[in-house]
Amino acid sequence: MTVERTVGADSITDATTAKRVKALLTYPPGAAGKPITYSLIREFDLWINILHAEIAADKAGKLIMDIQGSAEDVDRGLEFLDEEGIGYEILNGSIVWDEDKCVHCGACTAVCPSHALTMDNCDWSLVFDKEKCYLCRLCARTCPVGAMSSPI
Amino acid sequence: MGYRSFEEINEKIRSKKAVVVTAEEIIEIVDEKGVEGAFRDVDVVTCGTFSPMCSSGAFLNFGHSDPPIRMSRVWLNDVPACAGLAAVDAYIGATELSETAGMEYGGAHVIEDLIAGRKVRLKATSYGTDCYPRRALEAWITKDSINEAYMFNPRNCYQNYGAATNSSDRTIYTYMGTLLPHFGNVNYCTAGELSPLINDPFYRTIGLGSRIFLGGAQGYVAWQGTQNNPSQPRAENGVPIGGAACLALIGDLKQMDPRYIRAARFEKYGVTMFVGVGTAIPLLDEEMVRFVAVQNRDIKTKVFDYSVGRRSKPALAEVSYEELRSGSVQIGSRTIPTAPLSSLKVAREIAQTLKGWIARGEFLLQQPVAALPREGSPTTLDNCEGE
Repeated sequence: MTVERTVGADSITDATTAKRVKALLTYPPGAAGKPITYSLIREFDLWINILHAEIAADKAGKLIMDIQGSAEDVDRGLEFLDEEGIGYEILNGSIVWDEDKCVHCGACTAVCPSHALTMDNCDWSLVFDKEKCYLCRLCARTCPVGAMSSPI
Repeated sequence: MGYRSFEEINEKIRSKKAVVVTAEEIIEIVDEKGVEGAFRDVDVVTCGTFSPMCSSGAFLNFGHSDPPIRMSRVWLNDVPACAGLAAVDAYIGATELSETAGMEYGGAHVIEDLIAGRKVRLKATSYGTDCYPRRALEAWITKDSINEAYMFNPRNCYQNYGAATNSSDRTIYTYMGTLLPHFGNVNYCTAGELSPLINDPFYRTIGLGSRIFLGGAQGYVAWQGTQNNPSQPRAENGVPIGGAACLALIGDLKQMDPRYIRAARFEKYGVTMFVGVGTAIPLLDEEMVRFVAVQNRDIKTKVFDYSVGRRSKPALAEVSYEELRSGSVQIGSRTIPTAPLSSLKVAREIAQTLKGWIARGEFLLQQPVAALPREGSPTTLDNCEGE
């Protein structure tokens, strides 16, 4: 089953058959040499966007990937990851922001790679766009008062 | 040129006739009415800041047990406190870490717990004396069960501070927050045009004994801050271009509000404490009006490379707080995103709260008992051995 896609779009157009997951891939040391992303795209016909990468050839690494395709292709792609020894965790939802604890200092905005966290430049309160969050959890580590926590 | 004294302004405050605005609001007033008009119409300007201030802590007196103990070592929720102060006095420092919880809990958390009314576990040991025979003690305490509990912060309320970035290829974890590699971000820590000492750059209206807002209660300036640096080079408007003077502050912990004193942990750095400070500046004359009308575009600071592990870190650029607040700054050919560490939102709340206290006649301005030094810079620790 082919799925319509437009080069440069930020999602594929056929929503009825498409499956979309955001996954945190954990590469054991040495596995960074494998062309995993290439295989996902070529063999499984998946649309891939790498949202976040901490990876180097000889070290354990992490990629956060936005993966889209037909439901069948996405599932087969995830199985392939298992077979290659790449651990994955499906990221559901977004970071949980405790507004009572938050002091609106802005420290989290320094590390948020997706710009889900920004400062309102009128009243200087923190603004959180849930849709942009892909649970990299950097804000949870950085928040000085523990106002950010992971739902998983 | 007109002049008003502290006493004249306090008279107006007592009769609830004082006109009070914040250091941000005065900017527009001066814009519209000029310095003369602002001096005529406004009596007091309030400032505020809510920032991590590491050199903070509290003196506590636990009262005597029966039989009594001369505490030589003390822990509060496993955080060591300094007990070398007679029998039952101790000082809990904000940045001291718990012996069991590592960087997750420290002196600042003990202080926040006490202010919030939570109970804290006290442990004390002693070598015992004839008059203080007890050698060990454990007890639960709260801020209400003990004697004096007052905050004494040796270095608070910095008059300006440098911004921080990271030129190296790995993330570094500092007291200026997490700094991403390859100039990933520039972090800054200031209330800018609302900041207490930036609005009175030569300390004309603030000094020893000045009444202030501290942690939600009324407190005082006790001394100059440690590493006081009023000789920091200044711009034409008198505002220092980097960290200059600072203040030692004192206040009753029992009257504070956990909204304005918050324990904090910086990842892989340690524990510190957000301290809320507010000051009130009497507009004594037109020169004071010009000082309090300072704007972010006229307050400059330097961006330092924190990846250099030396006392003097290289300054890479000089930027204004307007640029820092815009969301990005230029360093060479690079456009680098900026982030604050100091909460302007809470700082504004503090300035507004103090404005309310003054308007209702609940807060009088205290003329300094002694002036802060206008000159001086800190020495350094040299000729040391070891690594």
